[in-house]
Amino acid sequence: MCATCGCGPTDHHHSHDHGLSQGIEQNTGKKIVTVEQDILQENNLLAQRNRGFFEGRNILSLNLVSSPGSGKTTLLERTLTDLKGQLEFAVIEGDQQTANDADRIHATGTKVTQINTGKGCHLDAHMVLHAVQGMKLKPDSVLFIENVGNLVCPAMFDLGEAERVVVISVTEGDDKPLKYPDMFHSSTICIINKIDLLPYVNFKVDKAKEYARRINPNLEIIELSCTSGAGLETWYDWLKSKVLLPV
Amino acid sequence: MHELSIVMGIVDLATKQALANGANMIEEIELEIGCLSGIEMDSFEFAWKQGIRNSMLEHAVRHLHRPAGKALCVDCDTEFPIQQLFDSCPNCNGHLLSIISGKELKVKSLVLP
Ligand SMILES: Nc1nc2c(ncn2[C@@H]2O[C@H](COP(=O)(O)OP(=O)(O)O)[C@@H](O)[C@H]2O)c(=O)[nH]1
Ligand SMILES: [Mg+2]
Ligand SMILES: [Zn+2]
Ligand SMILES: [Zn+2]
Ligand SMILES: [Zn+2]
Repeated sequence: MCATCGCGPTDHHHSHDHGLSQGIEQNTGKKIVTVEQDILQENNLLAQRNRGFFEGRNILSLNLVSSPGSGKTTLLERTLTDLKGQLEFAVIEGDQQTANDADRIHATGTKVTQINTGKGCHLDAHMVLHAVQGMKLKPDSVLFIENVGNLVCPAMFDLGEAERVVVISVTEGDDKPLKYPDMFHSSTICIINKIDLLPYVNFKVDKAKEYARRINPNLEIIELSCTSGAGLETWYDWLKSKVLLPV
Repeated sequence: MHELSIVMGIVDLATKQALANGANMIEEIELEIGCLSGIEMDSFEFAWKQGIRNSMLEHAVRHLHRPAGKALCVDCDTEFPIQQLFDSCPNCNGHLLSIISGKELKVKSLVLP
């Protein structure tokens, strides 16, 4: 179903209806149709379409996922402010109800589009497709997509992003990776945020990293604090290394 | 709850296939939901009841396969069963695994009248 344009599942399509199978009539008069199709196929096709769009324009797309309150919006505010003039940014904010996060991004002077997911607990490729249609994204830019705060559902829905950034904060348990393995498995980089609070909480950074790498040995991990600024340079360097600027 | 999105995806996919075959109801549906697919079965059952209401699947008999998790160790080539994505290789303790079964999320077949 299309939460963005309010269309039903059969009213409009962005992909061709390939894969429709012809049933085989049984002597009972019933028909058996062999389907063998992935349930997420529709989303995956639209995600690939988004990915092609981004790659064709050299837009670095990042899908930010976390539990509520880990610091996704704060990290964006810092990044957009600190790298202003160095990189071109745009933001899609996924939120279940309010426009608070979009307002915070807007205040940094960055172009932002809000997707209200209502009851939906994740963004999907279809929503991103429609959001992007209205955005006039610049080539050679960076697009941040802040997903709905939840480490379960967004794991299953590819948006067409180049990088999936999972954010956890030290006020959460250091066993977070073990509790939400799918998200850590599908992410490419993990931010451990709020390290300024480490003296006050019982969070073992090494343990969290070890758990995360058990699930995903290739995961990059950056520890930082949006409040004190510690570690932000490492994040900015990583970000810049992913942007393929034209020479 | 993404299980509801998944059920709606199944209804959508099955409806298209049934329509393409000139049917207006579905008698049976065969699904494959792997043990590592990220679907919580209690939520799925709940979502199923809601999602099929007034659809062609409303009275369908559902057959569910649950392939177990299986991985191949990238380092030593051992194939072994896994319950969790963070299980390690029983042979070399490695964590670089390629999942070969358990991630399935599929509509396999339909029976139409
Ligand atoms: N102490 C501390 N607080 C932080 C840090 N980063 C974010 N916060 C606070 O955490 C709360 C939630 O942040 P927010 O960015 O809204 O989280 P989101 O739900 O992931 O977007 C806010 O009150 C932030 O001020 C940090 O590095 N250190
Ligand atoms: Mg936020
Ligand atoms: Zn649409
Ligand atoms: Zn959910
Ligand atoms: Zn091994």
